[in-house]
Amino acid sequence: MTTAKKTSSTAIKRIRGDVVFDVVNASILIVMMLVVLYPLIYVVSCSVSSPLLVVQSKVVLFPKGMTKVAYEHVFNNSLILSGYGNTILYTLIGTSINLVMTIMAAFPLSQKTFGARKGITFLFTFTMLFSGGLVPTFLTVQRLGLMDTVWALVLPGAISAWNMLIMKNYFQTSIPGELYEAARIDGADWMTILLQLVLPLSMPIVAVMILYYGVSHWNSYFSALIYLRDRMRYPLQLIMRSYFSGNDFAEQGGGGEDTATALLLTETIKYALIVIASFPMLCLYPFMQRFFVKGVMLGAVKG
Amino acid sequence: MTTNLKVPGRKSWTQRLRNEMAANWQLYLLVLLPVVYLILFHYWPMLGVQIAFKDFKPTKGIWGSPWASSRGQVNVFKHFQRFLRSSYSLQIIGNTISLSLYSLLAKFPCCLLLSLMMNELRSTKLKKTVQVVTYAPHFISTIVVVGIMQQMFAAPSALMRSGGVVNMLIGMLGGEPIPFMESASAFPHMYVWSGVWSSAGWGSIIYLATLSNVDPQHYEAATLDGATKLQKIWYITLPVLIPTAVTLFILDVGHVMNVGFEKAYAMQNDLNRTSSQVLATYVYTQGIKDGNYSFSTAISLFNSVINLVLICTVNFISRKISEVSLW
Repeated sequence: MTTAKKTSSTAIKRIRGDVVFDVVNASILIVMMLVVLYPLIYVVSCSVSSPLLVVQSKVVLFPKGMTKVAYEHVFNNSLILSGYGNTILYTLIGTSINLVMTIMAAFPLSQKTFGARKGITFLFTFTMLFSGGLVPTFLTVQRLGLMDTVWALVLPGAISAWNMLIMKNYFQTSIPGELYEAARIDGADWMTILLQLVLPLSMPIVAVMILYYGVSHWNSYFSALIYLRDRMRYPLQLIMRSYFSGNDFAEQGGGGEDTATALLLTETIKYALIVIASFPMLCLYPFMQRFFVKGVMLGAVKG
Repeated sequence: MTTNLKVPGRKSWTQRLRNEMAANWQLYLLVLLPVVYLILFHYWPMLGVQIAFKDFKPTKGIWGSPWASSRGQVNVFKHFQRFLRSSYSLQIIGNTISLSLYSLLAKFPCCLLLSLMMNELRSTKLKKTVQVVTYAPHFISTIVVVGIMQQMFAAPSALMRSGGVVNMLIGMLGGEPIPFMESASAFPHMYVWSGVWSSAGWGSIIYLATLSNVDPQHYEAATLDGATKLQKIWYITLPVLIPTAVTLFILDVGHVMNVGFEKAYAMQNDLNRTSSQVLATYVYTQGIKDGNYSFSTAISLFNSVINLVLICTVNFISRKISEVSLW
C-alpha cells in the first residue's frame, strides 16, 4: 500500500480534489480516534479526582482536585487484592493449559500421515457447531468435583476449537511439508520434530495463542459467576461487577468513615478499579499488535 | 465381497493400521489428552442434553431421572411446549434476533468504512496511531465497558444530582435527563453502539488485510489515467473488499440467534429486562439461578438446534455464492 502511494505521488502531481479528500479523511479519523479515547481518558481522570467533584459532575475531561485516595482504598481492600491475585493466577494457569493442550491437538492433526487426523478434526469442528449447553456442562463440572476450584475455570475451555484450527493451519501452511518428511527420513521421532523443529519455527502463532487465550481469561467473568461460591476465590472482573451493581459486600471496604464519605468514595473506587483492571492489557497490547493482526489473518484463512 | 479378496502386493487394512500406529504412536499419545478433554467437556455434556426431555432430579442424576411427564402421562416435549407456549418466549426470541441483527447492521458498515479510511491515510504514523487506538477497546473487558457506560450515562440520583457526564451535558443544553441504563427502549442502542465502540476497530483488521493484497499497479495505472481518489476507491478498492464482506456478512447471519451472555447480563436490570432478556441470559437465570435444569436445557437445546440449522444453511449459501465456507 505504501509503495503505491509513494510511486503515485512522485509520478504525478496530486489532483486538487485528492488533497481535499486526504484532509477530510484524516480529520474524520482523528475525530473518531478521540471518540474512542474519550471514555478512557474520562475514567482515568475521574479515578484521580476528588470524589466530591466527581459526584458533582465537575470532572469532564481533565482531573480536578487530584488525589490518590481511591487507589489507596483499592490497594488496601483485601477482597480487591485477592481478586487481582486470583485473576493473575487464573490467567497464568489457564493460558499455560490452553497453550500446551492446543499444541498437543494441533500438531498431530496437522500431519497428513496421521491416521486419525480427519476423525479427530471433525470431532473438534463439530463442537463449534453444537454444544451440550449450559446446564449439562455445569452438571459435568459439578460431577467431576471441580466446583469452587480454579480447575472449573480453566479445564472446560482448555482448547478453543477455533484457535486449535488456526494453529493446525499454521503448522500446515507456514512450515513446508518437505521439512517434516526430511526429518522423518533422517530418523527423527515426532516429539523431536515438534520440540526442536516446529515450535522454534512457530513462535508467531504461539504468541498469538498466548495473547488470545490470556486476554480471554483476564476478561472473562461467566465461568467464575457459575462455578465459584467463595468470594476470596473471585477474579477481579466478578468483584468489579458487584461494585457496579451495588452489591452490599462491595461497600465493606470503606469501614471507619461515615457513610456519606464512603458513598462518595465508592464512586471514584469504581473508576480506579476500571483503570487497574484494564491497565495491564492496554499496556501490553500495542507491543503485541503485529501478532494479533497476524492471528486475525490466519483465522480468516480456511482451516 | 471383493473387499475380502486380498490384492497381491497390497497389505490388508489391519496391517496398514498397525504400521501406521507403529510409525505415529507419539502422535497418538500427544492427541490422547485433547481427545479425553473433548469427550469429558464436550461430548459427555452432549449426552446430558437428554435432561431436556426428562424431569431432572438431582438425586437420580442425568441417566436415572424419569422422562418428562405431565398429569401422569409421559410427554418428553413438556419443557419445550412450556417455553414455546409462554407469553415471554416470543419476547425473548425477538430480543435475541433484533439485538444481533441491529448489531450486525451497525457494525458491518462501520468496520468497512473504517478500513477504507485507514487504507487511504497517507501518513503511516497517523495510520499506526489510529490502529492502536481503535483496536484498544477490544482488549477491555465486558464488565469494564458496561461499568464505564453506567458511570458516563448514569441518570441523576440523590448522590449525583446531574447524573453522569452525558446527562450533565444534556442538562446544560436544556434537555430532560434520560435514564439510558434503566430503560428498555434505550437498551438496544446502548448495547449495540457500545459494541461498535468496542469492536469496530478490531473488525476492520480483516478488511485492511484484504486491502494489503491489492496490486499497487492498479492504483498506479488509475492515477496515470487521471482517476480521483474516490474513483479509485469505487472502482479498485471496493470490488476487492466485496467478496470478503459478503462472506463475513453471510456467516454473521448464521449467528443471529447467538447473542452472547456476558454483556447482555452485565447490562441487565429490572427496568430494562423486557428488552435485555435474551436466550442466553434466560437459560442462565432458569438453569443456574433458579435450578430449573430440565426447562433451561430445553431452551438451550432449542437454541442450539436453530443455530446449527442456520449455520449450515448460511454456509451452504456462502459456498454457492462466493466459494468460501467454514468447512
